[in-house]
Amino acid sequence: MTARIERPLSPHIQTYRVTLTMALSVIHRATGIAMYFGTLLLAWWLIAAASGPTAYANVQAFTGSIIGKLILFGYTWALLHHLVSGMRYFVWDLGYGFKPNEREALTWGALIAGISLTVLVWIIAYAVGGGR
Amino acid sequence: MSGHSSMRTPLARVRNLGSSHTGTSDFWRQRLTAVAMTLLIVPVLVVILMLIGRNHAGAAQILGSIPIAIILLLFIIASTWHMKIGMQIIIEDYVHNEKAKLACVMANNFFCVAVAMASIYAILKLSSGV
Repeated sequence: MTARIERPLSPHIQTYRVTLTMALSVIHRATGIAMYFGTLLLAWWLIAAASGPTAYANVQAFTGSIIGKLILFGYTWALLHHLVSGMRYFVWDLGYGFKPNEREALTWGALIAGISLTVLVWIIAYAVGGGR
Repeated sequence: MSGHSSMRTPLARVRNLGSSHTGTSDFWRQRLTAVAMTLLIVPVLVVILMLIGRNHAGAAQILGSIPIAIILLLFIIASTWHMKIGMQIIIEDYVHNEKAKLACVMANNFFCVAVAMASIYAILKLSSGV
């Protein structure tokens, strides 16, 4: 029997100063988890469309309500943020963007692009649908 | 699972297919589905924007058209697969009890397959026009 060797462990989250890339890593997971359960909404919508006018009207009543719109707005941001934030991982997977200024720029870019694209999509949505 | 009394070194345990015994296939599929969705996101958003303000008949007609149904089917497959892998990674990070972990991973699989099947069924039904 060999004795267990006490190797040094990597410091846990409490030990670190909160940085932008760390915060965005958490947000990436959080938006992923939110969309995971949000797919129930997407499935409900598709099943309703396949079921008939009454079921579809129920979905539209929900998506047209204030709470429904807030959830959809949050969903849009989660989707688009996760998308652009995920693009950073493509860059890092390919071996680029690891210098401090590069990773900060990528991360700020993802944060700003996610919010901008969300606002853009909702402007288009209101322009096309006339507020519905 | 070999404990600390094993003759095998930690390095030997993670060599080849590693501690998960499946190698990097999940890592690769996570990227594969991510790239697929990056390509599909613009058409999918266009489809959703087309549906705003339409009643059931209008929406059902759009959702049942062949190119739109194919775009949505591809997106549903990529997204449910992607979220299955993503949630499994989170479970493996935070659920340390082996039995609880297996139960969570199993529930995750059931949830993702159920969402995928329900959505795929709905689109196929809309496409067949019944």
